[in-house]
Amino acid sequence: MKASKKFKSFSWRSVIILVAPFTIVYLAFLVYPTIRVITLSFTNADIAGRGKFIGIANYVHLIHDPLFWGSLWHTIYFILLTVVPNTAVGLVFALMVIRLKRLRNFTMALVFLPYILPVSVVTQVFLWVMDSNYGIVNFLLGTKINWFQDVNWAMPSVAFVTIWWTVGFNILLFIAGLRAIPPEYYEAASLEGAGEGFRAFRYITWPQLWPVTSLVLVLQLIAQWQIFNQVYLLTNGGPFNSTIVVLQHMYIEAFQRYRGGYASTISIALFVLILITSGLQLKLLRGRGNV
Amino acid sequence: MKRKRFSLFSAIVTLATVIVALAWIFPLYWALNTALSVDTQTIKIPPVWFPHPMIFDSFVYVIKNTSIARWYFNSVFSSVAIVVAVLFITMMCAYAISQIRFPGRHILFIIFLAGFMVPAATNVVPLFMFLNKMNMVNTYWGLILPQLVSPVAVVIYKQFFDQMPPELTDAAHMDGAGELRLLFTIFFPLNLGVTWALAIVLFIWSWNNFFWPFIIISSTPMMTIPVGITQVQSWYGIAYPRVMASAVLAALPTAILYLIFQKRVAQGVAVTAGIK
Repeated sequence: MKASKKFKSFSWRSVIILVAPFTIVYLAFLVYPTIRVITLSFTNADIAGRGKFIGIANYVHLIHDPLFWGSLWHTIYFILLTVVPNTAVGLVFALMVIRLKRLRNFTMALVFLPYILPVSVVTQVFLWVMDSNYGIVNFLLGTKINWFQDVNWAMPSVAFVTIWWTVGFNILLFIAGLRAIPPEYYEAASLEGAGEGFRAFRYITWPQLWPVTSLVLVLQLIAQWQIFNQVYLLTNGGPFNSTIVVLQHMYIEAFQRYRGGYASTISIALFVLILITSGLQLKLLRGRGNV
Repeated sequence: MKRKRFSLFSAIVTLATVIVALAWIFPLYWALNTALSVDTQTIKIPPVWFPHPMIFDSFVYVIKNTSIARWYFNSVFSSVAIVVAVLFITMMCAYAISQIRFPGRHILFIIFLAGFMVPAATNVVPLFMFLNKMNMVNTYWGLILPQLVSPVAVVIYKQFFDQMPPELTDAAHMDGAGELRLLFTIFFPLNLGVTWALAIVLFIWSWNNFFWPFIIISSTPMMTIPVGITQVQSWYGIAYPRVMASAVLAALPTAILYLIFQKRVAQGVAVTAGIK
């Protein structure tokens, strides 16, 4: 706590008027559902919330549910295909864009534009561009691949679309990070003949940029655990359920099979996975950041 | 000699960067090309690279034969309502936490910060049940209310309000100005820049939000644009020009907003990301 400023008198009435609206919204639509999802996970409630306490039966079921383990693996596969590649692509783009002068704003606008589009616009465009018969991608590659319904290509294709859509965000953060590196570092290094090229990157840019890199990695990891929209819109979990992800499994249980209790259990599992990974990752990244 | 070689290298990298950026945006060009073309032209091999003849029939068809006008209204209405309401309630809340020394303000702020840990997606089941009980499924209330939870805006406003000089409030308090008046006549105009950046980012977020509208809205006339345009596809099979026309229409508002306010969008996205 900071040293006390001069104490000012205040009226509870004005405090409540100011604080109440957001606090009520916060309690009703964030705190309450967070608590409720825990209690629901121990019931056999339907999607209207009617049901009775059944102990840990949902959790036992979860552990023996092949669809859950399948969806978990697909989600992890998606994370592997997106988080690090998207960060790498973003960093390379940022390094390319930042050295531009007159064309910088124009180039940045081009690569950032996809990020501000609704997900369904992106998926509609790519369902057409990567269409198996008339898609321009197949024409250019001279192939006839059914990208989103091919067992081998479906998930990598979804990952590719995701990178195309969101890399602008990473570029933006990397450019902000690159700008914050004091130019004196490079000047000092150039006296020793290492002001440019790979050595400058290795010994100045990369370590200086690490806080941003770790932020980008953590933000993406947290977001990609919750992957649903692109998968649902591009492959709808297919072919043969090979791309069903955890959140889609939850969606199916809740809104197609009307099992609100069990869907809550899946939510808790996802919540815990996100907490563990973000906690672990923050710790790991902090450790390296201290070097 | 060495210098000349270097600048040639530099020119090549510049050229490569621009080419990659143009290739990156090519799918959007292709969507526009398709939307402006005659259907039979879009499935020709080799493809027709420019709309020839350029027609707007697909746009006219989509506007006339789908609920896209209604979806547009729903999206504009809900997004504007969300932006205005979020800015209003978070600004008030942040002002109180930052400027009024009431007991419990630190705890309140920490509780709001804890909200960042809760992933939005994992709460949808109880949220749906709750709104179902309140008869808010397929209503604007159901669409809007859960999207008002935006602790990130409270945090950003608080940071800015914390930097305001204390003399400002002292003097105003002497004059007997109430807290609400102080907020709206002094703090709000002095922090207009943040409000702008936040407003644009919040607008883009709520306009683009897919998951929640997808869960809470099932009736076609109540859908927002991003959910609605996925219906166009199922109605018309492979009539790609119409699908692309609806996609272009859906993309237009945020794209235009971005092209006009490029700097503010970048600023807003960077600020909110740094806080999360």
